[in-house]
Amino acid sequence: MSVTRQSRVPDLNGAEDDTGRKASARKTLPDKPTRVVAADVRVWQRVGDVWRYRELLLSLVRKELKIKYKNSTLGFVWSMLNPMLTLIVYYFVFQVVLHNGIPQFALYLLCGLLVWNFFSTALPGATQAVVGNAGIVKKVSFPREVLALAPVGAALFFFGLQALILIAALLVFGVMPAWSYVPLLIPAVAGLVLFASALAIFLSAVNVYLRDTQHLLELVLMAWFWGTPIAYQYQLVANRLPAVHLPTWVFLLNPITPVVITFQRALYARPDPVSATGAVIQLLPSNVDLMWYLAPLLGVIVASGVLYVGALAVFNRLEGNFAEEL
Amino acid sequence: MDSPAISVEHVSKKFRLYHEKYMTLKERVIHFGNLPFEEFQALTDISMEIGQGETVGLIGHNGSGKSTLLKCIGGILRPTSGVIKVRGQLAAMLELGAGFNPELSGRDNVYLNATLLGMPKREIDRRFDEIVQFSELEHFIDNQVKFYSSGMYMKLGFAVAVSFEPEVLLVDEVLAVGDERFQLKCLDKIKQFQSDGRTIVIVSHAPDVLRTICDRIFVLDKGVQVGGGPAGEAVRLFRERLFGTGLTGAAPGDQPSAGTIRLGRVGVEHAHSSERQYLEPGEPMTVTVPYVATEPDDVVVALSIRDQRDELVFATDTEIAGQDRVHASGEGVVRFNFRSVPLLDGSYKVALAVRSCTSSRIHAFSDGQLSFEVMNPGKETGMVSMEVSVGVSPHVSAALVD
Repeated sequence: MSVTRQSRVPDLNGAEDDTGRKASARKTLPDKPTRVVAADVRVWQRVGDVWRYRELLLSLVRKELKIKYKNSTLGFVWSMLNPMLTLIVYYFVFQVVLHNGIPQFALYLLCGLLVWNFFSTALPGATQAVVGNAGIVKKVSFPREVLALAPVGAALFFFGLQALILIAALLVFGVMPAWSYVPLLIPAVAGLVLFASALAIFLSAVNVYLRDTQHLLELVLMAWFWGTPIAYQYQLVANRLPAVHLPTWVFLLNPITPVVITFQRALYARPDPVSATGAVIQLLPSNVDLMWYLAPLLGVIVASGVLYVGALAVFNRLEGNFAEEL
Repeated sequence: MDSPAISVEHVSKKFRLYHEKYMTLKERVIHFGNLPFEEFQALTDISMEIGQGETVGLIGHNGSGKSTLLKCIGGILRPTSGVIKVRGQLAAMLELGAGFNPELSGRDNVYLNATLLGMPKREIDRRFDEIVQFSELEHFIDNQVKFYSSGMYMKLGFAVAVSFEPEVLLVDEVLAVGDERFQLKCLDKIKQFQSDGRTIVIVSHAPDVLRTICDRIFVLDKGVQVGGGPAGEAVRLFRERLFGTGLTGAAPGDQPSAGTIRLGRVGVEHAHSSERQYLEPGEPMTVTVPYVATEPDDVVVALSIRDQRDELVFATDTEIAGQDRVHASGEGVVRFNFRSVPLLDGSYKVALAVRSCTSSRIHAFSDGQLSFEVMNPGKETGMVSMEVSVGVSPHVSAALVD
């Protein structure tokens, strides 16, 4: 009997090793990779799996997006209407009614909300990812962490749409970004995505065993929101920390904070604006340079990288029994 | 044959069976450390090698671990210990349309499902038309899958799964679904895969399906590999395990108290009784009925053969068979000599009764203790073994062609 070989598709690439996770026992014919199913899988292989399965990841992200606005007339416009309405409501409440002092408060708020919305959309979806896709997990073999990363990818797409709203708002209100700080947005987004991915992978696995995770997450996210300088100013907390004998960097331990203040510094661009009453409002430290923002961002990236590998290790351990637990 | 396509080395799999599943944090905290569970050994030390181009069946009844093993080979479950090596690209058809999303259109689902199985997008683009054509759903491909009938759903799932052309294909009971025409289509595709030289592993509890397509079959029982070999032999082993039957020499039959004739050890004999337990189709067989008559009587001995579903296969008695009355006095033996047993696979029960001709009384009967097994080494399936030969001639008369 002749053995016909398929013309292999170079794209699921080098490793047509199709669940990719094995590689270790590659032997004999180089064109017929061996995959090994065993009790243990090494974490480092998993890191590479995500890249090997990028097509699947993209396909799952597309699915998330399609399903979210399936059968709705406005579709993606909804995800832009949301921040637009927030902007209008906050403008009225804080500027017209309450006169809270921060000029163009709605813009300031939107800088932080943009970051937060990404984070708070990605995580609940990711937490449900493995449990919600039980049908696939039980029947198809692929690195399951891709399921958890798909909601992060979808959230990133919405992040992009909402960023368009922010840019439009900046144009409408005639606010000029601080151009020298704009490049910082790249490490800021990178850190944010990496951090969210690490949490996504961790939460999706834990939720299989402890279904409370999804409910607990809602509470944690609410507390987290108020622990991040989005609706209030960074300096408000930073100024008070010495009074309780804490160094100011404690506030920056919240990985979202450096990201949010970078967005505020680069796009809202005024660390200490003057309010309508003539008082100077301290939003961000005024006597710091670019490095002050960059250093914690790099910290977030490195820490998230470590967290990511840690989350994969946890996922790797728990994954073995997914198909049974679901 | 060079190195095997699939090698399974000492694979064991334990499941935890929770008596009550504590899924929430509160419950876990309350019951911390003493979750009541039992370990369930789904697979115990399974080792097998499957060569390239071979079609191998895994057979066993429900809970025998055959699907677990298939899932381990497919990488869906991870074994507790042991290693499985699979060479070449693998596709698992465990459920047709696994991962179809009802909200998406057929088209989107084809893409999603195919990427899930590991097909790159360019490849799907290239084969998309072929997939749709195979599924026979050209008109519905842009409808949401939730409006599909279950048959359409399966057709689309199957079309995606077979478009794959993997080197190793795992199939789980897929053949059992769908209408007859669809099943034939499945079988055709599998035969085509076979002739392409692909390796196929099929799980089923339908021995007849496996017999027709498999080169070899492994039998699993309660997670243990109890045997394996050429299809016919394995199917017999499976039947033995499932029904706990075999060729038996029976204990003396139940004796109605009033009877004056008792049966001795009734039995089944055949030409190869000494080497093997079972018959092969068409072999001769003898049923021996020893008796002891305490009072002489004229009797008729009746015999019936039933299959596992208790359907009557054959019944006769000494009178029908041409022996007038049997005058029983003292000890004696009645023999039913079957020149040929034209049965295919299965195990069959033999019931015997001794009836008086002078009164309506039943002297003795034996029901259910005696059985025999037929094993078909060939590939035919069904109940009855028919001798058939095929003639092919190059010239056909005009009348037949019309």
